[in-house]
Amino acid sequence: MEASTVLRLKGLTKRFGPILANDDITIELQKGEVLALLGENGAGKTTLMNMLFGHYLPDSGNIEIKRTDDNLVPLELGDPSAALAAGIGMVHQHFTLAENITAFENITLGAESLFSLRRNQKKAQTKIKSIMSHSGLDAPLDIPVGKLSVGERQRVEILKALYRDAHILVLDEPTAVLTPQEADSLFSNLRRMTNQGLSVIFITHKMREVLSFSDRLVVLRDGKNVGSMKTSDASEKKIARLMVGSETQKVSSKRIKPGGPILSLNEISVAGQSKRDSLHEVNLILNSNEILGIAGISGNGQNVLADLISGLVAPDRGSIVLKGVAIENISPFNMIKSGFGRIPEDRHRQGIVGGLSVSENMIIERLDDPQIQNFGFLRSSVINKNAKTLSEKYDVRGPGIDQASRLLSGGNIQKLILARVFEKQPEIILANQPTRGLDMGAASEVQKHLIEARDRGGGVILISEDLDEILGLADRIVVMRDGKLHDAISNSREDIGLMMAGDST
Amino acid sequence: MIRIEPREKISNSSTVLIPIIAAVVSLLFAAIPLLAAGANPFVAYVEMAKGVFGSVFAISEMLTRATPLIYTGLAAAIAFRAKLWNIGAEGQLYLGAIAAVTVGSGFFDLPAVLLLPLIIVLGGCAGAAGMAAPTYLKVRFGADEVVTTLLLNFIIIIFLQMLLEGPLQDPMGLGWPQSAPILDQGMFPPLIDRMRIHSGLILAVLLAVIAHFMIKYSVWGFKLRAVGENSAAAKHAGININRSLFGVALLSGGLAGLAGVSEVAGLKGYLTADLSPGFGYAGIVVAMLAGLSPLGVLIASVFIASVFVGADSMSRAMGISSFLADLVVSVSLLCVLVGGFISKFKIVRAGTGKRFK
Repeated sequence: MEASTVLRLKGLTKRFGPILANDDITIELQKGEVLALLGENGAGKTTLMNMLFGHYLPDSGNIEIKRTDDNLVPLELGDPSAALAAGIGMVHQHFTLAENITAFENITLGAESLFSLRRNQKKAQTKIKSIMSHSGLDAPLDIPVGKLSVGERQRVEILKALYRDAHILVLDEPTAVLTPQEADSLFSNLRRMTNQGLSVIFITHKMREVLSFSDRLVVLRDGKNVGSMKTSDASEKKIARLMVGSETQKVSSKRIKPGGPILSLNEISVAGQSKRDSLHEVNLILNSNEILGIAGISGNGQNVLADLISGLVAPDRGSIVLKGVAIENISPFNMIKSGFGRIPEDRHRQGIVGGLSVSENMIIERLDDPQIQNFGFLRSSVINKNAKTLSEKYDVRGPGIDQASRLLSGGNIQKLILARVFEKQPEIILANQPTRGLDMGAASEVQKHLIEARDRGGGVILISEDLDEILGLADRIVVMRDGKLHDAISNSREDIGLMMAGDST
Repeated sequence: MIRIEPREKISNSSTVLIPIIAAVVSLLFAAIPLLAAGANPFVAYVEMAKGVFGSVFAISEMLTRATPLIYTGLAAAIAFRAKLWNIGAEGQLYLGAIAAVTVGSGFFDLPAVLLLPLIIVLGGCAGAAGMAAPTYLKVRFGADEVVTTLLLNFIIIIFLQMLLEGPLQDPMGLGWPQSAPILDQGMFPPLIDRMRIHSGLILAVLLAVIAHFMIKYSVWGFKLRAVGENSAAAKHAGININRSLFGVALLSGGLAGLAGVSEVAGLKGYLTADLSPGFGYAGIVVAMLAGLSPLGVLIASVFIASVFVGADSMSRAMGISSFLADLVVSVSLLCVLVGGFISKFKIVRAGTGKRFK
């Protein structure tokens, strides 16, 4: 197939207040190609795609798109309906499907005229069937979307875009919610569609996918296009250097011999509202000098397990035994007292109180400590000194320790939480998605602290959806599925992926 | 299309200038109905100023009016800081007043050093109890406290009317629905002879200062701020949310109860069902104007009391209808609130204007 340009982003610039989110970005997309858009968090990938789709209005620059077989014509900016009409389809990371209606209804929703009295179901059905057979994307059409698996829902999202005659498909982190096997099948289907003329932009930060599935890649850093190349010319090292500006070393943990058990969960059950927040007879043993990795697709009970260990949820049945003694009165306060350090998944919602200052957030778990207070009054000099020392030691950067902590960037908020947690040298550390959304530098910092805590004799429970992170750090891996824990049969990516999906037991 | 974005930095000059501009704009707006009523706005405003600051008596009247607003303003400010939406200060005020006249009108014949403190403590407790019940319902059953506290106001006022026609009615009162007067030794000492200003004001100012220091420097205040700013994170950090909420509820209700104590035991001497012309609700406005800061409550109370008293005396001096006074009050409050909004947010034009093809 002869390459021809179907989309050209020219000099797109977007500012949010003082932040230059996109700085003069120019990208071309060829017909039938898979273009990977790479960059760390905050590099400007999502902003760029939101301008393409009309959610944001660029400050300057324009977008040209191929309509039929003419030349490129400018796209009306700031108007999602213009983007849809021009054949751009977007699949967001968080699906935009109505769960209570069927896949068929979701696909046709909004594509029909509001004013026509009859719905031409048969025609729609035929069209969807033909798209499915051409693309290889398959999903049950006549049951409510809420009952579909995550992979099926994603296929419905893509079908929805194709049904609107999209010839350019934008996928925002499409594999974040998929098992490795599901991801592979998604990419083979995408390949099949690009052979038929579809062009694909996919946003990701997973190196493996970029190298094996894309034709070309573009790297964004600090809102700039810092490099585009053919994937065949790229290497992991080269891309990493472009993404962070310098070469970073991947943290990998040197295995050491674990000590004896320090924490055990015995036959713990929590009856939640749904599958996502229930646990069924979970048994888990954590040893000292050990990082225990909990792998799994999100929404399989990881959060209720984290809440349990954080003290936010009490088990309906079963016991938590810390060094041979069952913990009574499970509450966040008692867990902190018993020597648990907890790094919550959602650092903005659970990790910090945004309106309180950095120094106040650093002592929020020590309010009853006589060093911090005198007769119920805070000792501000001690608190400030503590904040200064910790900010330096853990490299927390921001507008100042007396300023509201919400002003910090995501990475610095995480470092603030690390400072608070690790300074107390906790024996047991729960780290729930500790590096999600962090740039590489901050992420490797977090991982280094986890390894240090283990080497010091602590036990670390690492919950992560990033299988690479678990494979790199964990001494032992268990897989969480449907609120149950299963010991990994081996440490191979394939076996664990299959266990995550539930294909083998 | 316009969008509203928070300002990244609030400049010092704008924090001073905007309230002044808001006040001037409100005077301009209020001039329109005054002109329509045939009054000269300049004369009217001079009369208004005289009514507030024209004499020691005028100032004392204004401060007398500010006193209950400080209590109810503090009640709202402290509760709202913890995101506990106490709309029931009006009812709690009456509970405090009921307790005050019950113990103060001869139930105990105690010397002044004992009776006044007893009235204050029991009045505060009654108000606190009035907020404890809705808070229990919120914590235990998730009942929305906006609804429960608001509705409780009406229940308490009807309950009060029943008391005033029954057990609390003054036997010497010729059948009027009013309570027996509080004994002289149970009254707040007046601050100036032959004027209405009383030492309830001193207690109010003292409480505002204490509240300021407690919120800023105590562990209790830290917890209150943490719970209000982000209760999920506060809970995760081991703070007992329910206990904090109850503490705040008792304090907020108690302060509102003291507003009632201060009005009956400082000003009126006896209790009627029209003791408060909505001080409980005005306290919410005071708290919002004050940005929920206890010291700000002092300034906001004086401002609102000035507008109330000034507009009243203007309508009397000019012989214009008293609803014009209400209009002036409303316009100036709106202007100040809009001014406060403008100082925190900016309005940005977006969309079609900048769109290009």
